[in-house]
Amino acid sequence: MSLVSRYLEANGIPSVVVGSAMDIVKHCGVARYCYSDFPLGNPCGKPGNKVMQLSIIKQALGLFESAEAPNYTERTSHSWSADDSWREGYAKIDDSNREELQLRGEARRAEQEANKSSSGSRAAMISES
Amino acid sequence: MTASGTTFMINDIRYMERTRKFYRAQGYESDYVWAHFPTTPFMQPTKPLQESRVVAITTSMPNTEIGRSNRSVYSNPINPHPQSMYTEELSWDKKATHTNDIASFLPLEQLEILAAEGFIGSVSPRFHCLPTEFRQKTTLEKDAPEILARCKKDKADLAILVPL
Repeated sequence: MSLVSRYLEANGIPSVVVGSAMDIVKHCGVARYCYSDFPLGNPCGKPGNKVMQLSIIKQALGLFESAEAPNYTERTSHSWSADDSWREGYAKIDDSNREELQLRGEARRAEQEANKSSSGSRAAMISES
Repeated sequence: MTASGTTFMINDIRYMERTRKFYRAQGYESDYVWAHFPTTPFMQPTKPLQESRVVAITTSMPNTEIGRSNRSVYSNPINPHPQSMYTEELSWDKKATHTNDIASFLPLEQLEILAAEGFIGSVSPRFHCLPTEFRQKTTLEKDAPEILARCKKDKADLAILVPL
């Protein structure tokens, strides 16, 4: 998505990215970035929380007025929960899934190899499913 | 709220590092190389926000047979809002949350409210779906020009892009 933001920006359409993966977006570089420290999946706000969702999008659009140079970033003031345990779950590796991950990788490589010789179907960038 | 100096805080998740470890655990020998550029394009809006037409772009796909099976650029009218979007193949945190409320990742409701309040001029009549893509070349040479053409066709002035 950062690549498309850059492309639009370079071709006449100013853009803002709303997201929750600070390191990836900053590594690429975009004109404007509105960041929330949330689990991946709901960068516009918690499901069902209409007040938060509106606040985040309003702040993101405000970057069109406040940003004067590229890589302009604002962090929203919202927090996901008082409990930080959600931070540990994404892409977690421990003894409970180490073997499963190895098998999943082998299966995926076999599938990719098969796809190479058949269709040119697209592969997702990253997938946990 | 902090300004352009916003950087990593101690609690922010390092997704690149986690992803590298996750794929190494699956037996991949080469790490994914994320896009990185020495400079970043930037242009100031040519109209005030209150007069601008805003287009929404999402990495989710239409929750239709073709959307679920064929990852591609899609455009859909903003009205009626979709009841759901297909997100299953994307790497969001399936342990911590869900994507049943599309306004949590596709801000059509919010944009319409802000247009009604006069905060923005209008909402582009279509939103666009961008497939996340392992090959950056495909995004740069095929999908990005297609998205640009569709935004221009709809006379969008500004774009809000929301990756899950």
